[in-house]
Amino acid sequence: MPPKTKLACRNVWKLYGANADRLLQKTSDPTVEDLSSAGVIGAVRNANIEIDEGEIFVIMGLSGSGKSTLVRCLSRLIEPTGGEVLFDGSDLLRATEKELIEIRRHKMGMVFQHFALLPHLTVLQNVMFPLTIQAVPKAEADAKAREVVELVGLKGREDYYPRELSGGQQQRVGIARSLVTEPDIWFLDEPFSALDPLIRREMQDEFLRLQERLHKTIVFITHDFEEAVRLADRIAIMKDGEVIQIATPEELVMNPATDYVTEFTKHIPRSKVLTVSGVMSPGADGEGEPILQSTRVSDVAERIIAADAPIPVVDTEGKPVGAIDRKAVARVLFGEGDTA
Amino acid sequence: MIRLNRTQAIALALVLITIVLGYYGRDLGKALDARWLTKFPSAWVIPFKTYVSSAMKWLIEDAAIGPVSFTDLTRAVAWTIEQPYNLVLALLADGFVSGQGSDAQVILPAISWIVVITAVVALGQYCRDWALAALVGACFIYLAVFGQWDSAMVTLASVLIAVPIGAGGGLLLGILAYRHPLFEKIISPILDLMQTIPIFAYLVPILFMFGFGPISALVATIIYATPPMVRITTLALKGVDPEILDFGRMAGTTQRQLMWRVLVPSASHSLMVGVNQVIMLTLNMVIIASMIGAGGLGFDVLAALRRLDIGAGFEAGIAIVVLAIAVDRLSQAFAERMGQVHHDQPGSWVARHRRTVLVLILLVVTWVLGQFSLLLLEYPENQTITTGAFWDNTVEYLNVNYFDVFEAIKVFFLTWFMIPIKTVLLGIPWPWAIAMLTLLGWHAGGWRLALLCGGMASLILVSGLWSKAMVTVYLCGASVILATLIGVPLGVLAALNKRAGAVINLLIDTLQTLPSFVYLIPVVMLFRVGDFTALIAIVLYALAPAVRYAAHGVRSVNEELIEAGLVSGCTRRQLLRHIRLPMALPEILLGINQTIMLALSMLVITALVGTRDLGQEVYIALTKADTGRGLVAGLAIAFIAIIADRLINASARQARIRFGLES
Repeated sequence: MPPKTKLACRNVWKLYGANADRLLQKTSDPTVEDLSSAGVIGAVRNANIEIDEGEIFVIMGLSGSGKSTLVRCLSRLIEPTGGEVLFDGSDLLRATEKELIEIRRHKMGMVFQHFALLPHLTVLQNVMFPLTIQAVPKAEADAKAREVVELVGLKGREDYYPRELSGGQQQRVGIARSLVTEPDIWFLDEPFSALDPLIRREMQDEFLRLQERLHKTIVFITHDFEEAVRLADRIAIMKDGEVIQIATPEELVMNPATDYVTEFTKHIPRSKVLTVSGVMSPGADGEGEPILQSTRVSDVAERIIAADAPIPVVDTEGKPVGAIDRKAVARVLFGEGDTA
Repeated sequence: MIRLNRTQAIALALVLITIVLGYYGRDLGKALDARWLTKFPSAWVIPFKTYVSSAMKWLIEDAAIGPVSFTDLTRAVAWTIEQPYNLVLALLADGFVSGQGSDAQVILPAISWIVVITAVVALGQYCRDWALAALVGACFIYLAVFGQWDSAMVTLASVLIAVPIGAGGGLLLGILAYRHPLFEKIISPILDLMQTIPIFAYLVPILFMFGFGPISALVATIIYATPPMVRITTLALKGVDPEILDFGRMAGTTQRQLMWRVLVPSASHSLMVGVNQVIMLTLNMVIIASMIGAGGLGFDVLAALRRLDIGAGFEAGIAIVVLAIAVDRLSQAFAERMGQVHHDQPGSWVARHRRTVLVLILLVVTWVLGQFSLLLLEYPENQTITTGAFWDNTVEYLNVNYFDVFEAIKVFFLTWFMIPIKTVLLGIPWPWAIAMLTLLGWHAGGWRLALLCGGMASLILVSGLWSKAMVTVYLCGASVILATLIGVPLGVLAALNKRAGAVINLLIDTLQTLPSFVYLIPVVMLFRVGDFTALIAIVLYALAPAVRYAAHGVRSVNEELIEAGLVSGCTRRQLLRHIRLPMALPEILLGINQTIMLALSMLVITALVGTRDLGQEVYIALTKADTGRGLVAGLAIAFIAIIADRLINASARQARIRFGLES
């Protein structure tokens, strides 16, 4: 059964400028020249995305590429100029103010780059806030909030104020707050960009651990390609308001759509992106403990290099699909050009 | 030899012609047999005063929307303010009384001085620490010991009413402006105008609408103190991190929840700055408000000034300062506390509110035992100290021994500085003056500004207030020149030298906390009434912005430019002359603009010492409750303020554009 699409956007445009609306009414697909001659800035141009239930979908782009605008169009924090946003099959842009509030209260959660914690509330009160405004009974809200605070590892700090916490801890509060309503879809807008590199790494692990338990549908924004590769099931790369490629990390590295994508992938160690299945010899035999085909090369490189003979590769059901030897790994680690 | 380009040469020539014309204007008028050149003929005056008076009369007597007349409206407003005011006044000063006149029965006396002092000490300790508690405690004890208690409590009562209304109303208006851009567009120029128009312009109409009394005074105070709060609220809300706004919306808040549970609390720190502003402006109005019926310390000062009782005036003035310091420090500490971390202590309500409980117990005890011992309720009168005699003696001593010195200073300034300016300004033929103003407007900001300057000047002319307006310009101008000459170098010094900067800052801070009237008292003591006294009082009051802006301008000159100058081998003096000062010019101009505004707002106060300007006109109108006269004179002051404000702002903008700081 193919995975269900949770959130999709079709032909979404976000244009800024006096003539934005009129321009889009005239032509449904204006070119860059059309935009500049009308004095309109295209923050998001004709975005088409489908996000499957339970996947981590990363939107990657440099600053000014429109990724933050796009995610705000998906959550309708920003009203798109044109197109439709389908959430569970119905158009979010047609929802009334009241329906939108209901959807946000129960089905969406969001984490922000600079945490966006309310300075006058304690950790617990911050986490409880989404429930408080829904008028959930106090005892129930309290219990739920304590539960998620514990989940993100902040037990014992419930009565601290945000400014008493480190950046990493503050973002844990932000994460707890966005999870307290048990949302279906979870937006994370550059959640770790404001953190130190070491903390960032730790938070990424934490994030993956959480997702293993929760299986949310996730839209994750980042400008850091390495982070994207680490976390993503699929990545959409944006440039100048346009989505230029949507693919798994592996596909991006193997078949970059444009030079721009190549430029990004060049600096990423391939062993961290490529999986064993991409570099093994299909159908070959090997000996020893088999390796799962979806494993990243970097995780097993040492073992393969140490082994004298090829090691068998199996799929998730344990069926052998091929074998991998140290030559293949060496090509990934040291080789240039294509590895196929 | 300084070389001038054509425009500069023309400008210089025009200035010289104006001065010469002004100096010989009267003789010229006589020689040509055209007196009307310097003295606008009364036959040509349009009687705006009468129009306004009858319009106001109509408003009060006949204006109505359906069954609701205008008077009903003002009465409703007055009633709404009166209720809480009477309650607070009874609590703090008068006590609760039943019956009238000599049959009056005291049901419950006012809160004892002991309780009030304990309460402010507790508040100081709650807001910051024991040091603050000691300071505010000392301030209030001063009020009791020096016999100012009753008046101070009346003043405090009006502050306690004006501040919540001003701050709350300002907050609501600010929120409205934040939510509806259209409303912001409407209210923003009104706020601009409110800050340019001196308070006196609207004292008279308020007096007419609400009658003489504390309610009028409260209304005037609230109108004066609210505009900055509106502006600060809008700015504070706009300054909230956009992510917090996004978060609020993503959490599914309704409009109301978003405003009151997310935005306002997040902006609370900046909002408290606004509240502090409201408090300071309210205290600033204490004396002026007493002109239309506020009692308390302001009235004491005013009365003392009227009968030139230096000692009493000084004491009451100091009491206002002391009260202002206490309230200011308390509110600042409270604002800081809101931004800090504090944890709730566990325990019962009593355990968590020990200070409140203590004050409440003390209140009940003094009320009960006060029946037997009056000491518990009122500070004993025979224990008060008065310094009045001391001040009187000091002034007498100074006047007896140093009369010649003071007189010499006064005469020097009058002869060589003030009278020449006055002669020139009064002598300039009005057609020439209006033409020059229009030209200036055109040069600084195009035909719109030219039209504004020419139009407003003509209006002043045809209302028959030309010569009084010129006296106003002279007093204000002379003060601004002096304030600039003193203030800008001080500001530059403060920016360049850290130690001097600290001293100057302290001085300016102190000057700004003092209510405007207080300056008048010591000056009157030494120089008696007259233009020179007014000049000094205005200079002292209006000095602060000249210093502040100059210091800020010099400090914020781009560091790279300074380095570029140093690398080119500039001496310190050259650095100042060629880089720092020119680059700081726009800021300095804005500072002078503020100085002019403050000088104009001091004018009516100085009318008390017998100047013959528009301020005097307003003051007379106040005492006679002559709406037309007061409003027209007030508007004339406002026109002068607006012309000065727009001209200087336009020049500052030009300078900024020239330096590429603004496009």
